[in-house]
Amino acid sequence: MQILDGNGHITQGKVLFKGEDITKYTPKQMEDFRGRHCAMIFQDPMTSLNPVYTVGNQIMEAITTHNKVSKEDARKKAQEMLELVGINDAPRRLKQYPHELSGGMRQRVMIAMALVSEPSILIADEPTTALDVTIQAQILELMMELQKKLGMAIIIVTHDLGVIAQMSDEIVVMYGGRICERGTAEDIFYNPCHEYTKGLLRSIPSVSNMKKKLVPIAGTPINLLNMPKGCAFCARCDNAMKICLTQVPEEVRIDKTHLASCWINIRDNKYLHTEEAEVKA
Amino acid sequence: MTRYIVKRVLLAIVSVFIICAITFFAMNAIPGGPFNSEKALSEATKQALEARYNLDKPVPVQFVLYLKNLMHGDFGVSLKTGRDIKDTLLSCFKVSGRLGLTAAVLAVITGIILGSLAALFRNRLIDRIIVFFTTLFTAMPSFVFATFLMLIFCITLKLLPVWDASSKSLILPVIALAAYPTAYVTRLTKTSMLDSLGQDYIRTARAKGVPMVKVIFKHALRNALIPVITYVGPMLAYILTGSLVVENIFTIGGLGQQFVKSINNRDYPMIMATTIFLAVVMVICNLLSDIAYKVVDPRITLD
Repeated sequence: MQILDGNGHITQGKVLFKGEDITKYTPKQMEDFRGRHCAMIFQDPMTSLNPVYTVGNQIMEAITTHNKVSKEDARKKAQEMLELVGINDAPRRLKQYPHELSGGMRQRVMIAMALVSEPSILIADEPTTALDVTIQAQILELMMELQKKLGMAIIIVTHDLGVIAQMSDEIVVMYGGRICERGTAEDIFYNPCHEYTKGLLRSIPSVSNMKKKLVPIAGTPINLLNMPKGCAFCARCDNAMKICLTQVPEEVRIDKTHLASCWINIRDNKYLHTEEAEVKA
Repeated sequence: MTRYIVKRVLLAIVSVFIICAITFFAMNAIPGGPFNSEKALSEATKQALEARYNLDKPVPVQFVLYLKNLMHGDFGVSLKTGRDIKDTLLSCFKVSGRLGLTAAVLAVITGIILGSLAALFRNRLIDRIIVFFTTLFTAMPSFVFATFLMLIFCITLKLLPVWDASSKSLILPVIALAAYPTAYVTRLTKTSMLDSLGQDYIRTARAKGVPMVKVIFKHALRNALIPVITYVGPMLAYILTGSLVVENIFTIGGLGQQFVKSINNRDYPMIMATTIFLAVVMVICNLLSDIAYKVVDPRITLD
């Protein structure tokens, strides 16, 4: 989205949207892309809305930025959006300031704001982290409902495996800015093929056996400014090998939809070789 | 809102009364009096004069008499010049007020613009230049700066008159008066602008596709102005009521000069009137800045 500070930049690779590489967009093109084609909602709804403008003003701004519409039409559209995200008494809410709304409401406003120009992609960056569990469920349900209604793709970024299990069709597990494993939800949850994914799944507390101790992943997250030569996860991996220290693992195909980057798969020969992969694919 | 303003005005009356009382007793405690001069008056004349202005009565009685006159809007006459104090004050305020208001507007506008620029071009050349000058102007006493200005523009370059009745002669005093508040507003704006540019709602606005210019001026600036307003209220009061130093250097007969003169002369009614006037201006400016607060930041409730 290119909204990070100047110290964050794209080092390599492409981001394709409808066949176009958006990393090659000019800042002007990016401005048009953001909000119109790809919208975002953020982690903390308490601070993500501007405290000195009304909710209506901020939603209407999202509309008028990308569409030439009259103020009146924009207001109508904003009101419709608020109703769509399940906020009652929308005309009154439009005139309220963010501090007059609860956390769940604010996140609904954020979603309404993101969806006004009917984007093809919605990026949700830990959308429920700052909300309590009941509101969390409501917001996730709302997102899934709107996805079906408006036919957009949602990219959800989270470390909450429960949320992922409920929401996702396809999952990409990342560590230290690199992709560890990707596949369908089924692949990831029932056949994890990367030590990090396995660790994450192990660390979920069990409801049926409360006496069992939590199994954390040892160590602390990696320093992104000082990345190791080999696999990013190897310092915290129980089954690390010599090669993990020196070489970044290649990504191999485990199954038709399932790819993983872990030396263990290669050691155990637990992957499809090129010919097999072609046949399966 | 109306209730709030009424409440504030009532409170203001109380504070002005307290200021009155303190000043009245304090100034009477200073040794000397209005009729002590090098040229000794005869005892009889002095007594007659003191009786004429109630100065022979005990101080508390004088205070009550003074308040009584004040209620009728009567500030009395100057013990030095014999002229009506209200007229003197108003004509002085006209001079100081015009000068001060121009300087204050100049300071706020340039301060906000420079501060925003410094924040946007943080650590770049333009920021460093602005930081250099703000540091310079906050550190340099106004009498040094005012003298420098005169030396350069009036004596060396001969661009402006040292003194005449034209409005041209007000240019330098306005600059001299505005220098410090400009520097201060610039620094405040820069800090709070940097703070508000780092907030989540700026990221949200960018993610909506709002152009950067609009993000800065609509979303960041309004939030950044909140701390600036706190400073501008009292600053306005100080600057409107005249600066002793600047008025003296440029020989402008404003309030600042009047105030100091009245204290040196032990011109009791003049001291009182000037103090009350300054207090009232201060209270009004504070009230205005509180209301401006509410306008800029809806989270603030005035109760």
